[in-house]
Amino acid sequence: MLSGLLDGIFSGISIGSVLLLAALGLAIVFGLMGVINMAHGEIMMLGAYTTFVVQNVFKGFGGVWFDLYIFFALIAAFIVTALFGLVLERGVIRYLYGRPLETLLATWGVSLILQQFVRSVSWVLVIGIVLFCLLFFGALKFLSRRPDFDRIRNWVITIMLPLSAAIAIVTGIVIGQTYKLAATKPWFGAQNVDVTAPRWLRGGLPVGDFQLSYARIFIIVLTITCVVAVYLFLNRSAWGLRIRSVTQNRSMSACLGIPTQKVDALTFALGSGLAGIAGCAVSLLGSVGPNTGQNYIVDTFMVVVVGGVGKLVGSIVAAMVIGTATYLVGSGTLANLLEPVKPLADFFTFFATTSMAKVMVFALIVVFLQFRPAGLFPQKGRTVDA
Amino acid sequence: MSLTNGATASFTDSTTATPMLQVSDLNVYYGESHILRNVDLTVHPGKMVCLIGRNGVGKTTLLKSIMGLLKPRSGSIELAGIPILGKPTDQRARSGIGYVPQGREVIPRLTVKENLILGMEALPVSERTLLRTRKSKTQDIPDEIFELFPVLKTMLWRLGGDLSGGQQQQLAIARALMGRPRLLVLDEPTEGIQPSIILEIEVAVRRIVATTGISVLLVEQHLHFVRQADWYYAMQKGGIVASGSTSELSNEVVQRFLAV
Repeated sequence: MLSGLLDGIFSGISIGSVLLLAALGLAIVFGLMGVINMAHGEIMMLGAYTTFVVQNVFKGFGGVWFDLYIFFALIAAFIVTALFGLVLERGVIRYLYGRPLETLLATWGVSLILQQFVRSVSWVLVIGIVLFCLLFFGALKFLSRRPDFDRIRNWVITIMLPLSAAIAIVTGIVIGQTYKLAATKPWFGAQNVDVTAPRWLRGGLPVGDFQLSYARIFIIVLTITCVVAVYLFLNRSAWGLRIRSVTQNRSMSACLGIPTQKVDALTFALGSGLAGIAGCAVSLLGSVGPNTGQNYIVDTFMVVVVGGVGKLVGSIVAAMVIGTATYLVGSGTLANLLEPVKPLADFFTFFATTSMAKVMVFALIVVFLQFRPAGLFPQKGRTVDA
Repeated sequence: MSLTNGATASFTDSTTATPMLQVSDLNVYYGESHILRNVDLTVHPGKMVCLIGRNGVGKTTLLKSIMGLLKPRSGSIELAGIPILGKPTDQRARSGIGYVPQGREVIPRLTVKENLILGMEALPVSERTLLRTRKSKTQDIPDEIFELFPVLKTMLWRLGGDLSGGQQQQLAIARALMGRPRLLVLDEPTEGIQPSIILEIEVAVRRIVATTGISVLLVEQHLHFVRQADWYYAMQKGGIVASGSTSELSNEVVQRFLAV
């Protein structure tokens, strides 16, 4: 009975730490910058796919290398997704600051594009995209040196856009015809792919009559490391100070000489990088597919909102509470515990499936937010209205 | 450590002819409504210039345009002879303008010390790192700041947003000085502040001008403070309508342009 409860709490915390890891990046991007990033889940998915690629590369090396691939995968996932976040911020989101509805729609569009991208990405597609970028942006860059660039800019775009697109598409078709399947076969396809955990992460630590899975312990440790690192970065480093300043008062920060655009880009890259790490962690728990991100996006937003926007502590507590509650209800542990009280036990048995547990937790969150709309840890004091 | 940097001091000596700030023929619109009309204004090095006028005549708009928070439709703004209109706000701050906005705009959820450290963002990178390495971590706020505003020393670890209005105002001025600006722009530093602290702020600003030789552009309603300036500009309906030495500031002009 007791060990069942302990097992439940451990599993709940491990679910909570996945949620927290996923929500950490969002807490920075949504909590600090106020940008609603619907593509956050898909950035996680990119991280998971990066892990898959790194794993395959290290499989070739074999032996000890394969045991250590997860650390390289973490770094690679962070770098790839941070770079993607940087491009996303520079290319799309920076034009939409202060317009939450447009940001929501734009990032949702990005998330759909990303989902389809991992389904259909192949050599042809990659070559086509790279070629298009080289031609189009190269031409813009080259022509921007001309003194009358401002005047001819629109003309350049109207001519170069279809031209580079046409060249890229034709090249793609030609390559596809010449190399056939070798070039057109999708890398990942629409099916889920499996990431094999290294040997030392399989199995578990036997405690009493149940097991603590090593993979889950690893994720808990990883989450703690990331939270500590983010906390130290935000509170001890010079860039952390700048980030906190810009998120609280953008125009005054600029008046002090803080390069706000750099801060925005850095913050967004950091949030995306954390999503990438979360994706890497998620890939240890199950197979990874184009829809992986969607499974997490709602939960992570819940964590940030319940915790209180802009508060790291809030996100931590909220993630743990939501994770544990979902697991305890969903696995039927609570129902077992309440066996003596018949009506309560029946009530919880009804909710003792994964999806029904989620229904119950979300209903509770809805009720909770009626009473505490600002979350668990709202901003206090005279600073709130300032 | 003095509050002005060496380059500025020599600059003011050698080229007194170039004004520190030169605003010419500036026109600013909010949408289609014409706010500033052909404004000309000059601040000479080491001088304190006061901008007076009733509420809503465009004083704050002018200062915001100087900082780059608003985009003028036409005209030019030069800092020490260099046009700054094309530069973004943060680069203007780094080229030597210290801004103390109306309403103070202290960053609320940062400590007083962090607010002060952010003031150093306007320093060139080389000087900033020099300051970091030379002094220990607990003592990187120069003593001059605490001599000017002793109250800040006891509050270094309080949140900026928890200070009283007067304390926030002192913090905002101190923060602007941390960047060792060539031009200090103050927007109604005494607005809504108790009289004893108004005097303290006044004394501090006078001392800053006397000891560092920086130029000051001040928007002010408080007559006693206005009299401290060397030169005044009076604004009405978005244009400069009178200017002169403050020693010649007659009661009639005061009656017309000050809200008191």
